[in-house]
Parts: sequence; structure tokens; C-alpha cells
Amino acid sequence: MSALVEIRSLSKIYERGKQRIEVLHHVQLDIEQGDFMALMGPSGSGKTTLLNLIGGLDSPTDGSITVGGQRIDRLSEGTLAKWRASNVGFVFQFYNLLPMLSARKNVELPLLLTRLSAAQRKRNAAVALELVGLTDRAAHKPGELSGGQQQRVAIARAIVSDPTLLVCDEPTGDLDRQSAVDVLTLLQQLNRDHGKTIIMVTHDPKAAEYARHTLQLDKGSLVEQTEQAPA
Amino acid sequence: MKYLQLIWTAMFRSKTRTIFTLLSVLAAFLLFGLLDSVRSAFANAATSVAGVDRLMTVSKISFTLSLPKSLLPRIEALPGVAKVTYANWFGGIYQDPKNFFPNEAVADNFFDLYPEWRLSQAERTAFGNTRTGAVVGESLAKKFHWKLGDKIPLQATIYPQKNGGNNWTFDLVGIYRAADPKRKSEENLLFFNWDYFDEARAFGNGNVGWYVLKVTDRKLAQQVAQALDALSTNSDHETKTQTEQAFNAAFVGQYGDIGLIVGAIMGAVFFTLILLTGNTMAQAVRERIPELAVLKTIGFSNHSVLGLVLAESVLLILLGGAIGLVLAGVVVDAVRAAVGTAVPMTRVGAAIWLRGVGLMILIGLIVGALPARRGMRLRIVDALAGR
Amino acid sequence: MGQPRMRSLGSLIGSLITAAGAIAVLVLAPWWLLLAAVLLLALWTMVTRIGRQAWSVTEVGLATIPQRLGASSVVVVGIAGVVAVLVALLAMAAGFEATLKQSGTNDTAIVMRAGAHTEINSVLDHDSAGLVAQAPQVLRNEQGQPIASPELVVVASLPKKSNGLDANVEVRGVGERAWSLRPEVRIIAGRKFGPGLRELIVGKGAREQFSGVDLGSTLRLNGQTWTVVGAFDSGDAHNSELWADTDVVAATYRRGSSTASVTVRLTGADAFDAYQAGLASDRRLTVETKTTRAYYTDQSAALARLIRILGITVAAIMAIGAVFGALNTMYAAVATRSREIATLRAIGFRAVPVIVSVLLETMLLALLGGALGAALTWVIFNHYTVSTLGSNFTAVVFAFQVSPPVLWTGLKWALAIGLIGGLFPALRAARLPVTAGLREL
Repeated sequence: MSALVEIRSLSKIYERGKQRIEVLHHVQLDIEQGDFMALMGPSGSGKTTLLNLIGGLDSPTDGSITVGGQRIDRLSEGTLAKWRASNVGFVFQFYNLLPMLSARKNVELPLLLTRLSAAQRKRNAAVALELVGLTDRAAHKPGELSGGQQQRVAIARAIVSDPTLLVCDEPTGDLDRQSAVDVLTLLQQLNRDHGKTIIMVTHDPKAAEYARHTLQLDKGSLVEQTEQAPA
Repeated sequence: MKYLQLIWTAMFRSKTRTIFTLLSVLAAFLLFGLLDSVRSAFANAATSVAGVDRLMTVSKISFTLSLPKSLLPRIEALPGVAKVTYANWFGGIYQDPKNFFPNEAVADNFFDLYPEWRLSQAERTAFGNTRTGAVVGESLAKKFHWKLGDKIPLQATIYPQKNGGNNWTFDLVGIYRAADPKRKSEENLLFFNWDYFDEARAFGNGNVGWYVLKVTDRKLAQQVAQALDALSTNSDHETKTQTEQAFNAAFVGQYGDIGLIVGAIMGAVFFTLILLTGNTMAQAVRERIPELAVLKTIGFSNHSVLGLVLAESVLLILLGGAIGLVLAGVVVDAVRAAVGTAVPMTRVGAAIWLRGVGLMILIGLIVGALPARRGMRLRIVDALAGR
Repeated sequence: MGQPRMRSLGSLIGSLITAAGAIAVLVLAPWWLLLAAVLLLALWTMVTRIGRQAWSVTEVGLATIPQRLGASSVVVVGIAGVVAVLVALLAMAAGFEATLKQSGTNDTAIVMRAGAHTEINSVLDHDSAGLVAQAPQVLRNEQGQPIASPELVVVASLPKKSNGLDANVEVRGVGERAWSLRPEVRIIAGRKFGPGLRELIVGKGAREQFSGVDLGSTLRLNGQTWTVVGAFDSGDAHNSELWADTDVVAATYRRGSSTASVTVRLTGADAFDAYQAGLASDRRLTVETKTTRAYYTDQSAALARLIRILGITVAAIMAIGAVFGALNTMYAAVATRSREIATLRAIGFRAVPVIVSVLLETMLLALLGGALGAALTWVIFNHYTVSTLGSNFTAVVFAFQVSPPVLWTGLKWALAIGLIGGLFPALRAARLPVTAGLREL
């Protein structure tokens, strides 16, 4: 059975002026459906770049990425945007919620791209918010929520259109210990109970413990793969 | 529109900035409403509907010169002429030069040629029968609190009476109303009997200021005009016959090229507005690059982002502009109520709104173009990283 | 939460009152007073400690303008637009007024039929004209004849050069002693018309604006053929006219021996009152007498006032737009520099230098904008001639006059806009809590 994500000989080179920086070097990787994978490595190792490529935010210089049987490295920008809308949910370190919208409206954002009616959008958003345990905060704006709460709203937004893949870039990087635990527990729940495939970049080994696999990257190449028993 | 809320909240991200920008846009379109109102008043002077089947005959040299009354039977005899009347400018003053309103000496059948002014049959008869009778418009009567039966004294500026005095007194026997409520400004005239005028004036007797004629068929207008003018070629009273529209247009055109002046001012206004608003939009979009990047990660296409920014820009201008035009409408109505025809202004109606909204959309698109392009072209990865 | 709200409302009102006061001073003060104020300000920045601080903060602010070029140019261009439009319209009114005012002096008088108000309405019979000229206050020439010109004003139709449409042009019949009456009139082409002949001379302005009046062209006046034999320059409203012999004009237009008015030169400006009284008490006459200066000034009053009102209204609305544009820009400028400002304040700079520097910066930008707008209008419109309808329903040719008073008014408006646009952001900058600003680091 083929993996959900198949990465073959993936390379990414940035050209800044005259400089050529090779950030990823012939990376080879398979991610199975239902996996919860942590990507670790020192700063500059290329982990965020790899994440961005898997999530379809950027295109590789060389190699291929196949997600759910589709070669996303070949897609045009417009098609990639459509692909992202139905296949990927993003969670960022600094939440990236729209400050002028309420929590519910933030969660509804991805649904604006679908043909659902206003009532349906509202319903789906409510479901997502309940999943992350923030139903009573639905009307609040991000400015009125704590860091942990904002990140959970971001997670609700990421899952509201039921994407194939959840891509998280340092999701607990800006949170205190307790909030981080809440968020990671939630991610684990989504993975175990709802079968979401999650790829998480983190520099915190304690966060990585919540994942099923950890991958180490150094200077653009995979160094180590560790399987761990779920915590 | 489901994206409307997104756009709306984006606009009000910085309340102060948006409100100040709205006020700038408001000012620009307030001005547009006022100036376009004046401009169309001058342009429309040439195209008022009622004047279409009426022709005016004045002295070819200038309407300030008179024509002999003896022309009347010859004009009446021309084929295609249904009715003819005549009038003289009197130019009298009521109490104070500041109270200026037009006053004319007219023939008995004058009102037959102006059906858009309603005068009851009884009042028409009274006018015909009363030597010193006068008919005024309802708005004028209201302004000076005149009632039927009042005596109205006018000081002559041009025509003294034979006895040397300047005082002419008339008896108010009729009040006319404009049939079209939008043309109430035409109710500011006073008319009195030409026969009395000609009998009592010290000079110029037997001469009229101008003739007004109605043709039997509009298609004959050109022909009739030419035939009429031919009656006086090479005489000492050469005539020029044209439609009322053409006459008004030529008269107004002598004041200056109003269209050009208004156009130049509005050009300056919109140029500075575009710069001002363009800068604000650019600033606003710059601040929101990370948010636009997030939208793209969610799956909004490049073109959707372009559309969102453009829509925001157009909406901003439409909002400010619409309020400005509404305000202009209020001001114009107030000015027209206060000074009547002293300052020619049309109501801020459908035509001005249409032009205004068109301009708003155009300016919104121009102002939003560059920021929208910037938003469309942002690279997600760079924008999220803050580069 | 009531107290801070009250305080900010109070300070808002305080700021508004300050702004209103400053503008009142700007509007009412004569230029030398404002210049003195500027010099005092310059002295203050050099001599006092606070002043020096203010100047150094301003220098820093001005130095960063190249980085904020887009925003700064918004203030400059926005204000330039307001000033350009204001100056153009005021120059139009000033030019029209000047042309007419110049047409009259205090030692010449014009006499018309009582109640006429303008020459085109007036008819004076031959006898009255004679009596008016013979009054003792009228100056005599060497031959003992009164320097008086009985004049007749009629209308001719000529096409405008600009759009080909017909305009009404004034034809003035003048008496033989019109030349000694108006010594400033010079023949600039051809020759004077011959007495008793159907000959015309055309004024400089009429020649520029209308076609068909070149030397040698013929015109039909009331069915008769006339020839243009010369051109004249009178330096005033008469430049819009065509002149001919009164008697011949009267004959052509079947006026018999009557004229419209008599213009006389008096023995002196002080003789006017006696002259007017004399004519008023004469039972044989029903006339009105005015100095030509008063007559022509009155003619221009209504239209000049209308153009001025238009100019001020339009400019005021534009100015409101510009003020909000400036406010936006300067608030943003203050926001981007909040770090600098907080640092300065942490170091020890007081609030006043910060306020002054933001104000100075805005007003300098405003001044630049005002100068730009004024210069633009001056270049495009100064001496630009146009014609409009005068009080005799004939064309009056005049030139825009972008004069120093008009330019100065424009600059004052620019400064006022800069003042309002800079005051509120300046106050905001001064009240920014130091810690909040530093946190941005």
C-alpha cells in the first residue's frame, strides 16, 4: 500500500542575489496515513522548508512530492491553492488568526471557499470549535483569548474542512507549559480518535514525545528516524 | 456576499485611518455633486424639454435690440406657424435692486404658448381685461407675500413713462404655477400687459423685444425659421430665429466655458484624492501582508486576494462617495430653496449619481490596483517569515 | 473608567480651541507680523535649551523624510491641489475686478438717465446731454470747450476665436473730445476713425478674443457696412469694445440725436460732489451721476463676489479633504516613529520639543505644497485672458491676475491646513506613554 505522502529526492535551493543556498538535499521520505510525525533539527536544518513543501506552500527545485496519489510539485499556483483548500490544514507558531474576526468567523474562513450555505458553515465551525473545547469562546476576538486558546482556534480552523493532512509549524513555540500540553494532547486526540495525519515541526523534545515518529534533519538531509511508543 | 464581512472588517482594521480616508473621499464627492449640479444646470439650459416646439425670434445682432411690431402679421402668415406671441424685457426693480426678478411686458395670448405654466381661465381673462394687470409665479408671490388684488410698484430702469416718472404700478390679477414640480424655479417671473406698456412708455413705441412662435409640426421648424428670417434680410431689423434651447445655450456660453472650469477643478480634486487614498490603501495592505499570506495558505487563490483588496478599495470609495453625494443633494436643495434661480443648479438626481458612482468605481480600482497586485503576488513563504 | 475619558475629552476640546486660535491668528495677522513671529521662532530654536531640543528633533524628523517619501508627498500634493484651485479662482476674480476698476478714475464722471444703472438701459436726449456737459465743474480744453464725450452703447455680434460661437460685443460711439477725456488710450495699429464716417477702431482685448476685426475687415451693423481702420489699447475694460463716431452710430441705429450717457472730465476729484449736486437740483434733468471709478467698480462687484464665493467654497471643501489626508499621514508618521520618540523621551527630551518638531515638520511640508500649488497656478494662469458677460450683456475681456495678495492668501491656507494636520498627531506623539513606545523595540 502506498504511503499518504511520498517524497523522492526532494531538493530546495534558494537564490538570494548571487548566493545559492541549498536548504534541502535529496530528501527521501514516506509518511503513512494516520501517522503523527515530529520533525526536529537545529535552526537552518531545513525542517520548516520541508514542511512548507509538503503543505504545498512552496515548490521544490528538484524531486517529487506525491500526496494522496497526486504529484503536487507539478501543480500550478492556482491549482495548488485549490488543493491546499481541500487537503491541508495549517497551524502556525504565532497562530495567525485574523484579529478583526471572532473565533467562529476565523474558523469559518476555509469554508468560504466551499459551496456551503451560511447556515452550514456556521454549523461546521461550531462542530470544530466544540472539538477543540472552545464553544463558549466562539464570539470572542483573538485579542480577548489567551495564547493557548488562540492556538486551539487555529487548530479548529485547520480541521474545519476535514483536510487529509494537518501541518503544524512549532505549534507550541509561543505557549507556556500548561497550554502547550493542552494543545499537544488535542493534536494527539485528533490523530488517534479521528485518524488525522499530522506533521509537526518542533524544537522541543518534550513536544516530540507526543508524536508516533520523530525525524531528525541536519543541514538539509534526514539524519535519523526514531519510532516511539505513543506516550 | 459571503466575502463582504471579510472585506468590511478588513476596512475597519484601523478605525481612525479609515474614517479619515472616508472623510477625504466624502469631501471630494461633495464637491463633485455641487459642481456637477452647476455644470448640468448650464448644459441643460440648452436642452429643457418644453422648449422643443417653440421658436424664438430676436434681433440678429443682440437680444437687447428691438424688433418692429409690424412684423407680427407677416409672421402669422407664414406656412407652418401655429401661434405667435411677443414680449419685451422691462427690467423693473421692486423696492431694492437686491430683490431682482425678471419682469416682462407680454401680449394677451402669451400664456397660450407656455402650457407648462398653469393659469386658470378666469385669471387669463382678468389679465386681458385689466389694463394694468399683472400675473406672477406662485413662488414669487409667496416670497413677497403678494395676494390677488395687491398693487405691485416697479421702478423702471430702462423705460420711463411718458410723463417722465419711473414708477409703474400693476394690479395682481393672476398667479401661475409650474405644472412640473421640478421646475418651480420658473415661477419667479412677473408679466404685465404689452398694450399698457407700449401706451405708457416714453420711447421705443411700436417695437417688441422678441417673438415666440409655435409651429404646426416640429419637422417644419427649420423651414419656418429660415422663412421668418428671410422676411427681414437686409433691413435695419434683421432677425435670428432659433429654438429656445439654442438661444439659451448661446447665451450661457458667453459667460464662459463652465464645463471646462468645472472639469479642471474636478480633475485637480480627483488627482489629489487618488494620491491620498492610494497612499492609505498601500499602507493598509502593507500592514496586512501576513494576513493575506494566511488566506493563501488556507487556499485562497492569488486572484481571490487581488479581488479582495480591489473590493475593499472600491467599497471604501463607494461608501465615502455615496455619503458625499447625499450631502451634496441636501446642500443643493437648501441653496435652491434659498436663492431660487440666482445660482443655477440642478437637483442631484439620477444623472449625477450615475456619473458619480461610475467615477467612484473607477477611482476605487485605480487606487487599489497596485496594492492589490502586491497582495496577489506575495510569496507565502516569504510573507509568513516576515520578509 | 470615567476619569480618563473625561480627561481625554477635555484635552480634545483644549486642542480644538488651540487649533482654532492659531488659525484665527494666521488669518487675521498681516504678513509682517507673521514674519516677525517666524523670526522669533527661529531665535527661540537657537537660543533656548528647549528650543534647541525642538530643532534637533525636527532635524531628525526631516532627515527621515526620504524614507517616508510616499507619505510626505501626499501632504505636499494634497495641499498643492487646494492652493492651486484657490489661487486660480481668486486670481480670476481679482483680474476681472482690476480690469473694471482701472476703467475709472475719481476725476471723471459718467452721467446717465436716472434709474438706469447701466449704460445699456439709459437713454439721454440731446438737450440733457448738452446741459450735463456745460456744468461749471467740467474741465475746459484750450479752446474753452468742455472735455465731455456723449456716448452711445450698442451691440454687435462677433464669433469668438476659441469656439466659433457668436458673442455680443460692445460698440461705443464716442464724442470728438473722447481722446482728451481718456488720454491713456493709444492707437496701436492703423489710425483713428474719421469723424462722420462708418469706421471702427477695435480694442486690444476684443481683437484677441474675436475674429473678424482685423484691420480692413468689414462688419455689418444694423444693415450697414462698416470698416475696421485701427486698433487701440486703453489698458482697461474698454479694450473689449469697438469705438466709432457717436453721431454715425446713432444714425445707423436710428437713435436720432439721443445718446446713452455723457462722460466728463471734472476740474478735479474734489469737484464731483458739487457736480452731482448741481445736476440733481436742475429741474430740467432726470439723471444719475457717478464717478467712473464708482460706476465700473459697481459693475464688477456682483460677478467678482460670485467668483470669490465659488473659489472659497470649493477650496474649503478641498481643504477639509486635505486636512484629513494630512492627519492620516502624520498619524502614521508618528506611529512609525513611536520608537524614536519614546527613546528621546526616555533620554530626557520633554514633550514640548516633540510637539513642536511634528508641527514644524507638517507645516514645512504644507508650505512646500502651498508654494508648489501657487507656482503652478502662476505659471499656467497669470495673464491668461478670457472673456465673460459684463453688465451690458456684452463681452468683457480680462486677464487672470495672480497677484501677491492672492498668492499670500493661498500660502496662509496651506499653513492653516498644515497646522491642523500636524497639531493633533503632535499632541498624540507627546502623550504616547514612554514604556509603550519602548516596548516596540
